[in-house]
Amino acid sequence: MIKVTRSAVIDAPIERVWAVLRDFNSHTDWHPIIAESAIENGEPSDQVGCVRDFTLKDGNHIREQLLALSDEDHVSTYCILDATLPMQRYVATVQLKRVTDGNRTFWHWQSTFDPPRGREREFAELVGKGVYEAGFEGLRTYLRHSRAEAAPAPRRAARGAIRCNAIVIDRHGGADELRLREIDVAPPGPGEARLRQTAIGVNYIDVYVRTGLYPLLSPPGVPGMEAAGEVIDVGEGVTGILPGDRVAYACPPVGAYAQYRTLKAEQVVVLPVSIGDETAAALMLKGMSAEYLVRRVYRVQRGDFVLVHSAAGGVGLLLCQWAKHLGATVIGTVSTEAKARAARAAGCDHPIVTTQDDFVARTREITGGRGANAVYDGVGKDTLAGSLEVLATPGHLVSYGQSSGSPEPPPLTVLSAKSATFSRPVLFHYTADPAVLREIAGNVFDLVARGVVRVVIGQRYPLAEAARAHRELEARQTIGASILLP
Amino acid sequence: MIKVYTSSVIDAPADAVWAQIRDFNGLPKWTPFVAESRIEGGQPADKVGCVRNFRLKDGGVIREQLLTLSDYDFQCSYSILESPMGVENYVATLKLTPVTDGNRTFAEWSAEFDCAPEREQALAQQIGQGVFQAAFNSLKQFVR
Repeated sequence: MIKVTRSAVIDAPIERVWAVLRDFNSHTDWHPIIAESAIENGEPSDQVGCVRDFTLKDGNHIREQLLALSDEDHVSTYCILDATLPMQRYVATVQLKRVTDGNRTFWHWQSTFDPPRGREREFAELVGKGVYEAGFEGLRTYLRHSRAEAAPAPRRAARGAIRCNAIVIDRHGGADELRLREIDVAPPGPGEARLRQTAIGVNYIDVYVRTGLYPLLSPPGVPGMEAAGEVIDVGEGVTGILPGDRVAYACPPVGAYAQYRTLKAEQVVVLPVSIGDETAAALMLKGMSAEYLVRRVYRVQRGDFVLVHSAAGGVGLLLCQWAKHLGATVIGTVSTEAKARAARAAGCDHPIVTTQDDFVARTREITGGRGANAVYDGVGKDTLAGSLEVLATPGHLVSYGQSSGSPEPPPLTVLSAKSATFSRPVLFHYTADPAVLREIAGNVFDLVARGVVRVVIGQRYPLAEAARAHRELEARQTIGASILLP
Repeated sequence: MIKVYTSSVIDAPADAVWAQIRDFNGLPKWTPFVAESRIEGGQPADKVGCVRNFRLKDGGVIREQLLTLSDYDFQCSYSILESPMGVENYVATLKLTPVTDGNRTFAEWSAEFDCAPEREQALAQQIGQGVFQAAFNSLKQFVR
């Protein structure tokens, strides 16, 4: 058994280094010898027990299992399960410690293992230099890079404002109206916070805002409802958040498509270490939508039949995962076989491909004629009548969007025929109360941390390419969430 | 019970830094605030249980007892028996870890103690920065 130890000082705060290293699958981003890596069975990459399956650039193939992870102590321990390299009983521990003198990070990396007899020195060198020392340098380069990209020094404008890039629309219309322009972001007034944004969520509501269907923006203005980033300053009377906190928000008014943003501090939520900036930007609006739909508007119960329209869409996938977690049998409508697979992977028991099957007939069949206890309908015009038809007695039809156009409201006689409840809820009415907002966001973060719900980021665009992001979203070419990187 | 933690990087190999720190009677050599020190009862300065009795440059006298000393781990701990600082149950640990990248030393100095609640913040600042960090700064110069 040999022991290999290497240690280094990284010129970044421990929170920054740990945010990278705690992710067991992040090594493809920063370690120069890793070719590709995936976590098996789609488990979260910070779940103890998860296995990363990766290949090195030299062609070797390794499977490693995460044995322990402590956010409090900044320790991660893992072992090799299989490797094309002859190393037995390999167990390694990464430990970070805060260097209070200069706010840097001490990184200690140690392992024990059995190399082939007579080749101890060769393997000690291979691991110590080739893996650990190369890793230190790789992470330094990665952090320098991401810092240079994410944090250009703010340009100061008059009266404490910061001049930065933003996407502005001068009139309602098509995606071409989204143009990059400089704006001044005012310092935070009483009750406000100013953020340096690191990731911005793109949602279908942004399209409605751009076209003018939703009267949330009077041009000229900056669209966008959600983002994550770092607090740079707060105004008078703000409690609970401090400069340097990692935060996210999803709320009106619009204005998220920008490098910097000043907004009401009470709408800003501090992110736990388990939620990365990109995940938060992709998740706040869609995750909180799923939460309030299945836990507040209609409380999904064990044994329910739940029908989710657009089950492979951003909110749809989360609704499937959450409703399944609550014990429902989930039926979902999708437009293609590929989307049916995505919905099934998210826990949808019965995906219905609507180009091949009639969802009304199929839902009746699946529920044994009872109908669905709840229908989540974000499609609107094309589906609402069918949704009412497949509702159980008594059932709850939740109309939370209208991607196909505004539906006719259901006549009371149709509702009374089934003692049906009809809701047309809006998330922001629920999250307007900061206490409720924190409760909803906390539930989302909790289920993400536990791996119950997952958000897949399918598309990343530079902020300047917001128009392309909208075009691809409207053309239904995207899979999972889209984010803009300022 | 409050905790103070101060850590730094010293630009010298860990065994060289440890050679200074392991001398429980060596504070006047490498700290900026100790005027003189002796070990009570003529005990060796690396014997667990020995007591150092030292006088600060501002005149205060402190008695501290060595609780543990490990040349293997580059770590020692001690408690305060008497001091003018108004702390109780004070136990501090000083630990060095080699930084293989650059052959330097990661030094950690932590303490736990009880005191009047209204003095916690000021004492934590005084001990963390005024004592531990100040001592690290002078150690950096001393071992260079």
